[in-house]
Amino acid sequence: MLDNGLRVLVHEDHSTPMAVVNVMYDVGSRDEDPHRTGFAHLFEHLMFGGSVHIPEYDAPLQLAGGENNAYTSSDVTNYYVQLPADNLETALWLESDRMLSLAFRKKSLEVQKKVVCEEFKEHYLNKPYGDVWFKIRGMAYEVHPYNWLTIGKELGHIEKAELDDVKEFFFKFYRPNNAVLVVAGHVKSEEVVRLAEKWFGDIPAGEKYFRNLPAEPKQVAPRRKEVEAKVPLDGFYKNWHIYSRLDPRYYAADLITEVMGGGGSSRLYQSLVKEKKLFSNIECYHFGTVDPGLLTIEGKLIKGVSMKQAEDAVEEELRKLKESGIEEKEMVKVKNRTEAVIMFEDMNLMNRAGSLAFYEILGDATLMNSELQRYQDVTADTILEQSRIIFDENNSSTLHYYAKN
Amino acid sequence: MKIIQAPCTTMQKIKEKGIDRSVTPPIVDAIHLNISLPMYEKHVLSNGVELYLFNMGTQDTMMVNWIFDAGNWFEEKNLVASATNHMLKNGTTSRNAFAINEHFEFYGSYLNRNCYHETAEVTLHCLSKHVQELLPVVAELINESILPEEELEIYKKNMQQRLKVNLQKNEFVASRMIEAYLFGEEHPYGRYSREEDYSNLNQPEIKEFFNRYYKNGRLVIFAAGVLPKNIVQQLEASFGKLPLKKHVGPENNLSFHASSEKKFRIQNSVDGVQGSIRLGRYFPNRKHPDFPMMQVLNNVFGGFFGSRLMNNVREDKGYTYGINSYLMNHIQTSALMVSTEAGKDVCEPALVEIYKEMDRLCNEPISEDELSLTRNYLIGSILSELDGPFQVAARWKNYILNGLTEEYFYNSVRIIKEVRPRDLQEVAQKYLNKNEFYELVVT
Repeated sequence: MLDNGLRVLVHEDHSTPMAVVNVMYDVGSRDEDPHRTGFAHLFEHLMFGGSVHIPEYDAPLQLAGGENNAYTSSDVTNYYVQLPADNLETALWLESDRMLSLAFRKKSLEVQKKVVCEEFKEHYLNKPYGDVWFKIRGMAYEVHPYNWLTIGKELGHIEKAELDDVKEFFFKFYRPNNAVLVVAGHVKSEEVVRLAEKWFGDIPAGEKYFRNLPAEPKQVAPRRKEVEAKVPLDGFYKNWHIYSRLDPRYYAADLITEVMGGGGSSRLYQSLVKEKKLFSNIECYHFGTVDPGLLTIEGKLIKGVSMKQAEDAVEEELRKLKESGIEEKEMVKVKNRTEAVIMFEDMNLMNRAGSLAFYEILGDATLMNSELQRYQDVTADTILEQSRIIFDENNSSTLHYYAKN
Repeated sequence: MKIIQAPCTTMQKIKEKGIDRSVTPPIVDAIHLNISLPMYEKHVLSNGVELYLFNMGTQDTMMVNWIFDAGNWFEEKNLVASATNHMLKNGTTSRNAFAINEHFEFYGSYLNRNCYHETAEVTLHCLSKHVQELLPVVAELINESILPEEELEIYKKNMQQRLKVNLQKNEFVASRMIEAYLFGEEHPYGRYSREEDYSNLNQPEIKEFFNRYYKNGRLVIFAAGVLPKNIVQQLEASFGKLPLKKHVGPENNLSFHASSEKKFRIQNSVDGVQGSIRLGRYFPNRKHPDFPMMQVLNNVFGGFFGSRLMNNVREDKGYTYGINSYLMNHIQTSALMVSTEAGKDVCEPALVEIYKEMDRLCNEPISEDELSLTRNYLIGSILSELDGPFQVAARWKNYILNGLTEEYFYNSVRIIKEVRPRDLQEVAQKYLNKNEFYELVVT
C-alpha cells in the first residue's frame, strides 16, 4: 500500500507478452444521490475526456499498442488497459494522471451526456422489454439504492448534470485511498512497485469515504405488478431477495440458480420448456452484488399459455426443490460446472486482474484462491434449507409483463 | 483525429516532485515488436479428416472444434442448415436431449453449435481432465442423431417466438436487410428467416441434410489448450473410423442478385427513439491483394475506439453510443460495412458525417502521426489477440478455411509496418466512394 492509501497488487504471469493495468474505484451507482442517479456511469465516460496534463487519454495509449475499456456497476467502477508489457509505464502514466485530476472540460461533459442518453435509449428504451428492470428494482428495493439501475432512473437526471457536480463526485470518490491498482502479466514486482510509487505516490489522499447506505428491511409480504406493453410475448419475472456477496450463504444461493437454470439439463428448462412446453425460454440467475441482491426467474410464455398456468408451473418446480432438495448427482454437476466456470474465467489475464481488484475491494484479494473451496463446502442440506428460506412467497416480487394485443 | 501534442515545455508550473506528467514516458514502438504466429501440429485421421492441434496454455482447459461443410450454403431450403445444426444435441439412438445435456453439463463442459454461411460447427470447451468422457458422446451426436420430430416442433415454435421479439428490434431488422440488399435474398449471405420458413421445416429434410453433411460429411477438427498426451489417439478412436471425409469448402461461387436500388428507409417501430443505420458495399475476399491494406484503412475509418467515425460521430457530435466499420468474414466475397444506432432525429446528420469521413480519406492523405498510431495499435492488438491457445486456434481456423497460410499473416504484418499514406489514399479512392454504398436506416 502506498502512503496515500492506494492498494497496489502485482500478479506476474510470464506466459504472455502483455501487461494489464486495472484500476478499480470503490464507487458504484449505489453511492449516488437518489435525485441524481446515473452519475457514476456518466462519470466513467468523462474519465476518457482528458486529464490535467494529458489532453487525450486514448491516443497515447494506442500509440503504445494498447487497448482499454471500463465499466460501472451498482458496486464498483473499473478501468482496464492491456498493452505490450514493454510499454507498461505508459498505462501507469495515463491512469495516474486521471486519478490526480481530470481536465473537467465543458465540451466533454456536454458530449458525453448525449452519448450516455443514446446508450440509455439503445439499451433500455428502444428494445422490447427494455424497461423491465426499472420496474423490478423499483418494486424489490424500497430504501436501498439498488432501487435504480446503473444507467440511472431517468434520462432527466443525466441531462441535468453540471460541471460542479462532476468535480465534487471526482474528489469525493476518485481518490487513491478509495482505489485498487492491479498490474498483471509479463511484469516484475519490484519494477511495478517502483513505477507505482513514481506515478501514483504523490497523488494526495482524499477524505475517507464511509459508506452508510440504508439497508433494505426484510420483506414481509409478496409484491406484484402487472404491466402491458407493445411486445410480442408475455413475460414472467419473479425475484427473491438473497444474500450479500460476502455472506457465507451466498454460495448456496448461487448453486441454487445453477440447479434451477444452469443449462439444458437444469430443472426449469427441462420441465417447463421441454416437457410441459409452457415457456419458449426460461432462466434462473442472480447478480452477485456486494449488498444483498436478487435471485430471478424469468421466461417468455408460449402463445396461448396463461400467466397463471406459467406461474403455477414455476411454483411447482420450486416446491419440489423445497420438499426434496437435490440429488447427489445434481450436486456434483453444479459443482463441476462452477469449477469449470472459474477455470475458464481465469484463463484470461484481464479477467484475473479484474477479479483480484474486486476481491481486494471486498476486503481481501486472497479470497480469490479459496472461492472454489467455498462452493465445494456447500452441502445438500444447506441447499434444501436455503431454498426454503429464499423461495418464500413473502420474499418475492413478481412482474407480469403482458403483450398488448 | 487528435494526436497527443509533443512534450509541452510551457507547462512547468504543473510539474510535481520532479516528474513531468506532461511528457509521455518512452515507448517501444509496437512496429519494432517481434510478432510470430505459433504453429500447429497437424495429423490426419485414418478416414482422411485433418486435425490441427494447438497444444499451449497454462490452465488445464481445452477446446475442440468440429467444422463441417454444412453452412446454409449447402441447404436447398431456407433454415434447414441451422435447424439441423441446432438439433444435433436433441437425441441419439441411445440418449434423449436431456441425457445429452446432462452428460456434458455433469462434467462442467460446454457443447455449443453454430451455423454460419459456409460452415457449421460443434465446439466443446472442457477441463482437460474430462475430455475422454466427452469425445465419444460428441461422436455419437455426429453419427447417431435421430433428430426427433417432437424436438423439432419445440424448436420451430421457440424460434418463431424469438423471431417475433427480434423483429421489434430495429438493429436486428437493419442487419439482415442490408445483407439482403447487397447479396440478394436467394444467396446464402443474404437469406433471412421468416415465420413461415420455420413452419415449413420438416423432419425428413433435416434427416437428409444430417446424413449428407454431418454423418457422411466433410470436416476439419481443431483442438487447442492444454491437451492430454494421447489426444490424437482419443480423437482417432472416436472419429477416425466414422464415414467422414476431409474438409473441402464450397466448390462453386454462387451469383448475387443484388438490389438495383441503393437507398432504403424502413419504418419498423412507431414509438422507437433510435434508428439503426447500416451502410455496405462489396469488397473482394481475403485473397485479393487489397484486403490487408483495406484492413489498415478500415481501422482508421471505423475499426476501433480511436477511429475517425468514433471521434466524429460519438466523441464530437454525441449522436451515438458507438459506431464502427468492419469487413465481413465471408469466403466467397467480403463486404465493407458501417453500423451504428443513433438518436432518431440525428440519423440523417449522422449519415452526412459518415460520408464526410469517406470523402476525407479519399481527398487527403492521412498524417504520419495518425498512421503511426494506427500501426502501433494494430500491432498491439494482434499481439493481444494471439495471447492464449483459443485465440491462436481461431486465427488459424480463419486462415485454413480461407485457404491461406502463415505467409498471409506475415504479409499482413509487413503491410501494417510499411504501408504509406498515399497507399491508403489509393485504396480509399478505390473503395470508399459514396455511390457504391447501399444505405439503410430503420426507425
